[in-house]
Amino acid sequence: MNTETTTKSPEAASVPPPGAASAPKRAARGHRRLLTRRDRFTLALMAGVPTVLHVALVWATALASIALAFTTWDGIGFGSIKWVGLQNFHQLFADNPQFWPAVQHNVIWFVVLILIPTPFGLFLAVQLDKNIRFSRVYQTAFFLPVVISMACIGFVWQLVYNPDTGLINSLIGANKPGHYIDWIGDPKLNLWAVLVAASWRHTGYMMILYLAGLKGIDPSLREASALDGANEWQTFKHVIFPTLRPTNTVVLVVTIIESLRAFDLVFVFNKGAQGTELLSILVTNNIIGESSRIGYGSAIAVVLLVISLVVIIPYLVATFRKERRS
Amino acid sequence: MHLPLPGLSAPTPSRRTLLRGIGGAAALGAGIPLLSACGGSDAASDSKTVTVGSNASDAVPKKAFADVYAAFKKQSGLTVDVNTKDHNTFQEQINSYLQGTPDDVFNWFAGYRMQFFAAKKLATPIDDVWAKIGDNFPDAMKKLSKGEDGKYYFVPMTTYPWAVFYRKSVFQQYGYKVPTTWDELVALCKQMKKDKLVPIAFGDKDAWPAMGTFDQINFRLNGYDFHVQLMAGKASWTDAKVKATFDHWAELLPYHQDGFMGRTWQDAAQTLVAKKAGMYLLGTFVAQQFTNKDDLDDLDFFPFPEINSAYGQDTVEAPTDGLMVSKAPKNHAGVLKLLEYMGSPAAEELYLKGDPSVVAASSKADTSAYSALQKKAFDMIGGAKTLTQFMDRDSRPDFTSTVMQPGLQKFLQNPKGVDSLLSSIERQKKQIFATA
Repeated sequence: MNTETTTKSPEAASVPPPGAASAPKRAARGHRRLLTRRDRFTLALMAGVPTVLHVALVWATALASIALAFTTWDGIGFGSIKWVGLQNFHQLFADNPQFWPAVQHNVIWFVVLILIPTPFGLFLAVQLDKNIRFSRVYQTAFFLPVVISMACIGFVWQLVYNPDTGLINSLIGANKPGHYIDWIGDPKLNLWAVLVAASWRHTGYMMILYLAGLKGIDPSLREASALDGANEWQTFKHVIFPTLRPTNTVVLVVTIIESLRAFDLVFVFNKGAQGTELLSILVTNNIIGESSRIGYGSAIAVVLLVISLVVIIPYLVATFRKERRS
Repeated sequence: MHLPLPGLSAPTPSRRTLLRGIGGAAALGAGIPLLSACGGSDAASDSKTVTVGSNASDAVPKKAFADVYAAFKKQSGLTVDVNTKDHNTFQEQINSYLQGTPDDVFNWFAGYRMQFFAAKKLATPIDDVWAKIGDNFPDAMKKLSKGEDGKYYFVPMTTYPWAVFYRKSVFQQYGYKVPTTWDELVALCKQMKKDKLVPIAFGDKDAWPAMGTFDQINFRLNGYDFHVQLMAGKASWTDAKVKATFDHWAELLPYHQDGFMGRTWQDAAQTLVAKKAGMYLLGTFVAQQFTNKDDLDDLDFFPFPEINSAYGQDTVEAPTDGLMVSKAPKNHAGVLKLLEYMGSPAAEELYLKGDPSVVAASSKADTSAYSALQKKAFDMIGGAKTLTQFMDRDSRPDFTSTVMQPGLQKFLQNPKGVDSLLSSIERQKKQIFATA
C-alpha cells in the first residue's frame, strides 16, 4: 500500500543516534569530520522524529492489526479482546457471502483499468505528444477528472445514473415501470457503471504518466527510425513503446494500487451494496460503527495486506536489484 | 449510517483514515479514545453544571433542546453545558466516547442499543429518577427504558411511528378503502396496479428501509415475542416462521416500485407526493418530503394490516430517542435533577414546540398543539400493546449492518433463494452473537 514510506524506512532507521561520547576524540584528529555536534543533533532529530512517527503510525499499527485479526474485540476495553486463532479467517472464507464477490470485484477492477483506460490513456498521450493544435486544452480536459476527488466523482456520476431523475434514464426513457434500468441497484449493472466512472478518471491519470514518458524520449530515435523508412505504427511499435518500459512499470504498479484501494467512489455510489462489494468497504463496514467487529475487520484487512504484499514485494525486489546494479 | 433517520448521508472517511484502516486497524481502535478524551469538558466538576453529549446536530432539534435546557436553568439554577457532535460521527464514535471521559448525560436510542451499553457497564442505572417520572409514561415506554437486568437506564423524550402512508385524495378518487387485513392489502395492490398506479413506493439504496418492511410483516405474522427473540439472536432464522415472513414479503414484492435498489427513500417519497404511488411504508418523517401545505394536509396513514388474528395490530414500530447517563457522571445530583425534568410532560411539550416532526414519548404531554398527523401518531403509539424500535435498534448493530442489510438486499434481488439465504444469515448470526 505504502510503497513510498516503506522504502524510506531502512535509510531512516540506519541513521546513527547522536554519538556524543566519541565526538570530541575524533574531532581532534583533523578535518575529516564534516559534521559538528550540532549538525549531528539536528540530523538525528530530523531523521529520528519521522522514524518514530513512522514506526508508531505505520508499523506498530500494521502489526497490531495483524495480531487483532486472530482475536474478537468489540472495541470496549482491552479486557474484551479474546484470542480465537484462525476463526475469523475461517468465517471469512467459508461463511461470509460478501467476501469472495469482493475479491472478485477487486480483480475485475484491476483488469478493466489495465485493459481499457490504460491503452486509451497511452493513445491520447501519443496524439498529444505530436504537438497538435489546442494540445494544452485537450490535456487539461482529459486531466481534469484526476484533480477531482473520487468522492466528488461519485456524486457527479450518481446524478448521471440516478434511476428516476438521472441523465441517462431521462434521455432514453428507461425510468418508467415495465422498462426500468436500475444502474445503481442492479447487481449485473452497477459494478460496470462504477467502472465507467473510475475509467473516466484513470484515463487522464495514465495519459499524464505516458506523456511524461514520451517527453523523455530522445528525438534522435524518431529521426533514426524515420530515416530507416519506418511508418508511424512501426516507429511506435518497435522504437517508442520499448523505450517506454520504465513508464509501463510505473503504470502497472499505479493501476494495481488503484484497484486495491478502490473505495471512495463505490462508497459514495451505493456503499458497496449487492454487486459492488470491495475488500476495503468490507473492512470499513466491520470496523467503523457503534459496536464494531474489530477482530473480524482486521482479518479482512490482513487479507488485503497480503494481496498488496504479493504485488508490491516483487516490484520492490526488482527495483532494488536494478539500483544495486547501476 | 445505520440509523433510520431522514436526511442523513454517511460521511465518507478520508483516504488517510482508510489507509490506516487497511494498514493498521488497531490505529482506529486505539486512536479514537485518545481523540475523544480531548472532547470531555472539565467544566463538569462544579456542582452548578451538568454536561450533555448531544447528537442533535441538525438545526431544528439543536435549537429545540437548547430551549428546554434554558427553561431547566430557570427552574433549577443548573447550567446545561451541551457538547454537540455531528449525528453520524456521534454514533460511529459512541464506543470510544463512552470509554473515554464522556459527558454526564448523552443522547441515545431506546431498546437493544441502550441495553448493549448498559450491559457493558458504560451507563448508570437511574431507577431513582423513574420512581418520580414513572407515571408520565405508558407501560410500553417503561419496557423500552429498561436494561436486561431490569433496571432503568433511559429517559425517553420523543418518538415517531412507522405506518403505511397514503394520500386521502387518491384513495377518494379511486374509491379505495383502507385495508385492515393482508388479503385486503394484496387486493388493493392489484387494483392500484390496474389503475396504473405504483401500489407501494419503495427505495432501498440506503439499505435500511427494507428492514422496516421485514419488521412489520414479521411481528404481524409471528407476534411481538417472536420478533424480539429473533432480534436478540435467540430464535433461529431458519425457523419456519421466518420463512413464512419472507414468503409473505415475496407475495407483496411484485407490487413494489421498480428499481428500488438504486433509489433513496426521499426519491421514493416523491412518487407519493406526485400521486404516482398509492402507498408507502415508512416512518412519519416521510412528511418532510411534503413541502407544499396542501399536499401535507392530504397525507394520511394507517397501521400495517393484520396478518395473523392472534396478534392483530397490537404492535407499533416506534423508534424512541432520549437520554442516558454515562458510567461515572461528575455531577450526579445535577444529573438526577436534569433527567427528572426531561422526563416531565412540560419538557417534552417545550421540545415539541421547537421540533414538531416527532411526538412526545410521555402519555401526559399536552397534544392540543399537534397537527392531525401528529395526533394520530401519538394515539397509535399510546394505544399500542407493545412497541418495537427498528431492526437496527432492536438487535446488535454489527449484525444488522454487516449481515442483515446485505442479506435483505439479496432477498429483494432474488426472492426465490430464501432458504440458502436464511441458513447463511443463521450461521453468521451465531458467530456474531457468540462474541458478546
